[in-house]
Amino acid sequence: MSVTLTAPSTPVDPEHPRFWALPSVRFGVRRLRRLLISLWVLVTASFAMIHLIPGDPVRGALGPTAPADLVAARRHALGLDDPILVQYLHYLKGLVTGDLGTSLASQLPVSDVVAQRLPATLTLAGLAFLTAVVVAIPLGVVMGVLTRRGRGRRTELAFTTTSVIVATIPDFLIGVALVYVFGIQLGWLPVAGDATAPAYVLPVFSLAIGPAAILARIVRVEMVGVLEADFIRTARAKRLPARAIYVGHALPNAVTAALTVGGLLLSTLVVGTVLVENVFAWPGLGSTIVRSILTKDYPVVQAIVLVYGVGVLIINLVVDVALALLDPRSKIRED
Amino acid sequence: MQGRWRRVVRTPLGLTATVLVVAVVALAVLGPMLWGSGAGAVDTDAILARPSARHWAGTDNLGRDILLRVLVASRLSVLLALLATVISVVAGLLLGSAPFVLGRRTGRLVAAGVNTAVAFPGLLLALFFAVVFGVGATGAVLAIGLAGAPAFARLTQTLVAGVAARDYVAAARAMGIGRFRILVRHVLPNIAEPLVVNATIGAGTALLSFAGLSFLGLGVQSPSYDWGRLLYEGIGTIYVNAPAALAPGAAVLLAGLAFNLFGESVAKGLGVPVAGGLRGMGPVRAGSASGPERTGRGEDAGDRSPEVVLDVRDLEVTISGPSGPVRPVRGVSFDVRRGEAVGIVGESGSGKSMTALAVTRLLADQGRVDASRLEFLGNDLLAPDTTARRRTLGTTLAMVFQDPMTAFNPTRRIGAQLAEVATRHQGMSRREAMARAVDRLTAVRIPDADRRARQYPHEFSGGMRQRAMIGMGLMGAPALIVADEPTTALDVTVQQQVLDLLAEIRDADDVALILISHDVTVVGEVCDRILVMYAGRIVEDLPAADLATAARHPYTRALVDAVPDMNTDLAEPLATIPGRPVDPADVPAGCAYADRCPLADARCAAEDPPLAADPFGPGDPSGVADPSGLGDPAGHDPAGSPRHRVACWHAGEPLPARPEDRNIDDLVESP
Repeated sequence: MSVTLTAPSTPVDPEHPRFWALPSVRFGVRRLRRLLISLWVLVTASFAMIHLIPGDPVRGALGPTAPADLVAARRHALGLDDPILVQYLHYLKGLVTGDLGTSLASQLPVSDVVAQRLPATLTLAGLAFLTAVVVAIPLGVVMGVLTRRGRGRRTELAFTTTSVIVATIPDFLIGVALVYVFGIQLGWLPVAGDATAPAYVLPVFSLAIGPAAILARIVRVEMVGVLEADFIRTARAKRLPARAIYVGHALPNAVTAALTVGGLLLSTLVVGTVLVENVFAWPGLGSTIVRSILTKDYPVVQAIVLVYGVGVLIINLVVDVALALLDPRSKIRED
Repeated sequence: MQGRWRRVVRTPLGLTATVLVVAVVALAVLGPMLWGSGAGAVDTDAILARPSARHWAGTDNLGRDILLRVLVASRLSVLLALLATVISVVAGLLLGSAPFVLGRRTGRLVAAGVNTAVAFPGLLLALFFAVVFGVGATGAVLAIGLAGAPAFARLTQTLVAGVAARDYVAAARAMGIGRFRILVRHVLPNIAEPLVVNATIGAGTALLSFAGLSFLGLGVQSPSYDWGRLLYEGIGTIYVNAPAALAPGAAVLLAGLAFNLFGESVAKGLGVPVAGGLRGMGPVRAGSASGPERTGRGEDAGDRSPEVVLDVRDLEVTISGPSGPVRPVRGVSFDVRRGEAVGIVGESGSGKSMTALAVTRLLADQGRVDASRLEFLGNDLLAPDTTARRRTLGTTLAMVFQDPMTAFNPTRRIGAQLAEVATRHQGMSRREAMARAVDRLTAVRIPDADRRARQYPHEFSGGMRQRAMIGMGLMGAPALIVADEPTTALDVTVQQQVLDLLAEIRDADDVALILISHDVTVVGEVCDRILVMYAGRIVEDLPAADLATAARHPYTRALVDAVPDMNTDLAEPLATIPGRPVDPADVPAGCAYADRCPLADARCAAEDPPLAADPFGPGDPSGVADPSGLGDPAGHDPAGSPRHRVACWHAGEPLPARPEDRNIDDLVESP
């Protein structure tokens, strides 16, 4: 192993560190590196997916009775006859130019399929996350205040138990229950499609309830911790009204941890659309990917996996950056 | 061990989860045997029937009984979930222990891979693997198993790293035992428990995920059926027969919850127990019955004059502790006049910080504050909070806390934290408040205050933060600054700056100061008057000038003697006070200091001396205190010289050993 000696460091003015030594710049570089590595892993995995399938994917897709020349033609169309490295480079080139291949089922460009389906999924996930946050943060703050410093043991137990149970229920089961209660028994809300505004209610809540329970629990725990912090005593010494202390001083500090978990929840939530979309016949990526897996329409599957994966990476990035802005110290912490 | 398991069963949730898990497993074993044939029986007369007495949950499109099918499906559902969990755990163990076995370089690569994979939700990984392994039960088991592996790998990594740092692993390594052997012999047995607990939770998650895949049509395929498959079939006919979807849904939910909650309960039960039953203010365990009564006899703070800023009478603080209420402050009376600097000294646990928090009304959450009078500038601090009172206190009563590193909100800029006082209480606009904040920061000698105001607390040094904290108190027009150990957390070099700053503010604006410290020198230097606290009471109240020469309580004298000065013989060990401070939960009857006092006699052990005016005045060390304790009631010298109060039956009596000729064994704990 070669040893690199650092150049004898010239004394750096601590008030004005050099550009590359700035905490925010170092954070940016580190974060960008991680993003690029993850992106590379994701792209490679999505490329490799089709090659990892045991046997001939085209033969598998077309069935054992398909004529050999059709299989050969399809293999050629997919570029599967080229050396693997050529295929990989071809795939990367396609991604850069926005060419995601052609759907085997519909013969449409995959990018068109994705573009057509993506908005419905994004809307669903976005609304669900918003709902979860809007429900969870006030709930968590109130529970935190009620159970601070060992108060309200019963409230705490009831809340914790309920939230654990609710958080464990998978979104598609919540969806089925909501369909039964509000769609069938009460007949209040439509249970399929995204044509009207009321049609959004059930899918959004199916997705939001679980994350809201988890988030509220975390906000509560964080609030209880933050309310014991010295700076809360300082805020009280400033004689701020209770609301200003809880919302202005405690919440921002409780939210940093909640945000980390919230980001994780958001990425689970985005992928969770796959199941919920299938409960509610939602015309998004989730129903498309399942249909494509069943019909072995591999280019579409590859593309949608990639879209979900990129979505997750973007969410993680946004969370980290938001965290750095909210809690300036987190920039300095190495992970 | 047994006790720990019993604890799991004892909580209602744990018991429910345990019963459910046993029921699910029993059902999985027995279900197909009991109802296997019934579940397969095709009844063409009753296709898609609604629930009836014969078919409780109706029938499917071949007329098969749905309830029986749900019961029978338990075996396949549980079995597939367990198989997937086994795959997750095994793959996770391999990946997670790889860094330990393979050494740093390869290990880091594996760890990085695991960390990348963990960032993606399990369902996405499961879909990926479902494509690779193909649609069907086998593919789904592999998919869910492998999708769960990164989480287990991460867990294993953390656990292994924890155990690997222990001594016996290091010892085994030093003996040249191979890494793999160490892993199997020493590491794995020690992480088995958390792994098993997490695997139980994982089984619940796998069960639910599997239902998800089957529900999507990617898992179990007809004619086999698990709960997810039944749900998939049932949802299509939910308008015709809702129980066809609800029954398998409920089954999978119940089973998944059972495993999950069982795992959670076990995890909690095996962990550190949370002590319960601490609430409520029962009878005070010790100290109160034998303590001084809260009436006249006790401490006398003297007459109230308009000059009095803070007036405290018979202050008591009660805190609920793990073994009943504790009373860290047991009847404290004093006042602080305009511009006066009062020091409160005492060892940790003497109640000085509690006193400070109580008189500034900052104890609300922690304990109960009682007093016969607690007034600040004529405001009753025991009365409920009002906006007007908050405004008065917010602008006239300033606090400086011990640890400047934690006293500022880390997420907000310093300037904004100062400005908040002005916008909230002084009706200033944001801009005006900011200008005021910069002005105040300049006043406490923060250089380049304009720029500094826009920085976050972590960009400030400790000394600067403490000055900024003082500046925060100066946003209004303080009549009193309460500084609780303001220099303890600071470097020696900046301590003096902070003290000088406080003294300067006091001189300039006639601000009263309460300085709390365990350092008798610091207090003597800055303050006019000193309150010496011991075990929740004031034992002596004396002018700072008298501290070195005319302290009358043996404790005060011991405190002063414990400070080395120019004449201290450095060849000898420094003086300390023998014995330990009193535990606030267990205050003895009589004088709390008796145990450590060289003058103590039988009376001291039986009767707690009241804080009363020192009848002999400064400079008269010969007399014995008036035993009635009722000397000059106001404690005021007619000439108007500073008051001197002391709580000791033997106040001013010569100590057996004076510093000049002290017998070291008396004052110093054996080295």
